[in-house]
Amino acid sequence: MRAAYLLRRFGLLLAVVWTAATLNFFLPRLSPRNPVRERIIQMATSGGYVEQGIDKMVKAYEAKFGLDQPLWKQYLRYLGDMARLDLGYSLSAYPKRVIDLIAEVIGWSVGIALFTLLVSFTLGSLLGALIAWPKSPKFLQYLVAPLMTISSVPAYIFGLVLVYFLAFRVKIFPMSGGFTLGTVPDNSLAYYMDVAKHAVLPALSVILVSLGGWALGMRGMMVTVEGEDYMILAEAKGLKDRRLFLKYAVRNALLPQITGLGLSLGYLVTGQILVESLFGFPGIGSLLNRSIFVYDYNAILGITFLLILSIGVVTLILDLIYPLLDPRIRTGEGK
Amino acid sequence: MRFFRYLRRNKRLAAGIFILTFLFLFATLGRLIAPPERAYPLAVPPNKPPSPEYPFGTDSQGRDLLATIVMGTYLTVRIGVLAGVIGLAVGTFLGFISAYYGGVLDTIIRWVVDVLLTVPGLLVLVVIAAMLQRTLKPTSLSLILALLAWMGPTRTIRSQVLSLRERAFVRVAKLSGENNLEIIFKELFPNLLPYLGASLVGSVTGAIFASLGLEQLGLGAMREPTLGMTIYWVQYYGAFVRGLWWWILEPVAVIVLIFMGLFFLSAGLDEFANPRVRRVV
Repeated sequence: MRAAYLLRRFGLLLAVVWTAATLNFFLPRLSPRNPVRERIIQMATSGGYVEQGIDKMVKAYEAKFGLDQPLWKQYLRYLGDMARLDLGYSLSAYPKRVIDLIAEVIGWSVGIALFTLLVSFTLGSLLGALIAWPKSPKFLQYLVAPLMTISSVPAYIFGLVLVYFLAFRVKIFPMSGGFTLGTVPDNSLAYYMDVAKHAVLPALSVILVSLGGWALGMRGMMVTVEGEDYMILAEAKGLKDRRLFLKYAVRNALLPQITGLGLSLGYLVTGQILVESLFGFPGIGSLLNRSIFVYDYNAILGITFLLILSIGVVTLILDLIYPLLDPRIRTGEGK
Repeated sequence: MRFFRYLRRNKRLAAGIFILTFLFLFATLGRLIAPPERAYPLAVPPNKPPSPEYPFGTDSQGRDLLATIVMGTYLTVRIGVLAGVIGLAVGTFLGFISAYYGGVLDTIIRWVVDVLLTVPGLLVLVVIAAMLQRTLKPTSLSLILALLAWMGPTRTIRSQVLSLRERAFVRVAKLSGENNLEIIFKELFPNLLPYLGASLVGSVTGAIFASLGLEQLGLGAMREPTLGMTIYWVQYYGAFVRGLWWWILEPVAVIVLIFMGLFFLSAGLDEFANPRVRRVV
């Protein structure tokens, strides 16, 4: 049973990654003109090559990348490249490889993503737990409707409002970028403060929008848990409220939230991409935005592939550690 | 009249219908005041704040923003509805086949749905749209969005049909000699209607969400005044730095209204479909 589940789960990941790679391979070839080749020719023209030179260059390009081979050979080769994470060269920053472009910015994205996730998950779950707890103040109930309404709006639309009020009207936070232009990134405190200040608005727009989802999920689970027999028993035993709340209710209601995390991962990532490109935050979202702007197809394909791959892997990891977090499944403790 | 009395009990359904009706009237009647041709560049003097002549102001390309927002509401909602309807139609069809006939077909459909639901849709759409970038029109954009709008409905309809077909009334119908098609259209379909409604709202919301995202990344119909493109131009022309607040806040307000309307509508439909389920809000 367990092995079958593992196999199925790995199979799903493989299928997802294979689908992404296959789409990336065939889509450019399906479109009436091959944008990759077109772009090469365009680059060559702007570089001042003569007509003859382009032909030669395209030929050389085709031989180099194996485009003169039959389609199935190219396809297998492409799958091999993807498996080794060889995403090819960037068309807009040519000698650079796409993977290097991504490596330059990935830290920014991962950093802000982990931060927003941690804050919204913790705050949201806590808020949801408190809303559902019968002994918490009544005013918390009135938070549900606004939270839910906000979470139905895309994060970057919310970001636009934040920028207008907090960066333009009241100039508390900078409008865009990851740090003040002209500063030299070093390890000084001033630099980190500058970075933090720039990250506030992008982070805030993601956090505010995703808070509601976590809160409502938690609230639902808390209501279910509160009806369980062991809660009634624990209360009858006269356990302290604090202990009841944290060790009995929250502990058990928190688990399904981890599943929710896995399910909403793709949604979170795409949301952040849009927020980054709105704020010009120097992460992977802005890289994607720029690549689209300059028609760098290799970068577009590489970025989407890598994102799909990482979302798949993280979801898999979450699915696999879920049983470890469940106290009911853990064995070998106590008697 | 019974409908209106029901709306008094189901406040969220009422709110959703009210907001969406308002937007519908805005998009249709608005055209009478603001002719659509003013929604294209160089139609009016640029960068004017709201005034009696241009109640919503004008943007840097010389569009009348009232006309732009009116057209944008219409175009964006049309993109979403078209994609959503196609997605729902395909999804319902596949869901029925999957649940009703089962077997290998069911296995294949379920796998494809599982795989595609795991892949973040917007990223796949980015790849497709990037390949068609310069040729995109609002209609082709909604067809692209429809490619990834059918999995949700397939899953919902499949599970509903699976649970419905075991009910007594379906068995009775089968025993009384109704054939498969009769059972599908006379017994199952009417019972599925609330779910179909909720699925439609869900896929329309998803499609509008994705269309705005694509447009914000510069993968939309560049020449058309959709709401997403308006937001794109807001950023492109740096409306923030220049303090053109009307240009920023108007499309944002309409987008928020659209999502709130759809959200209340789906919450209301949920309550209509399962009155026993505890309210979420």
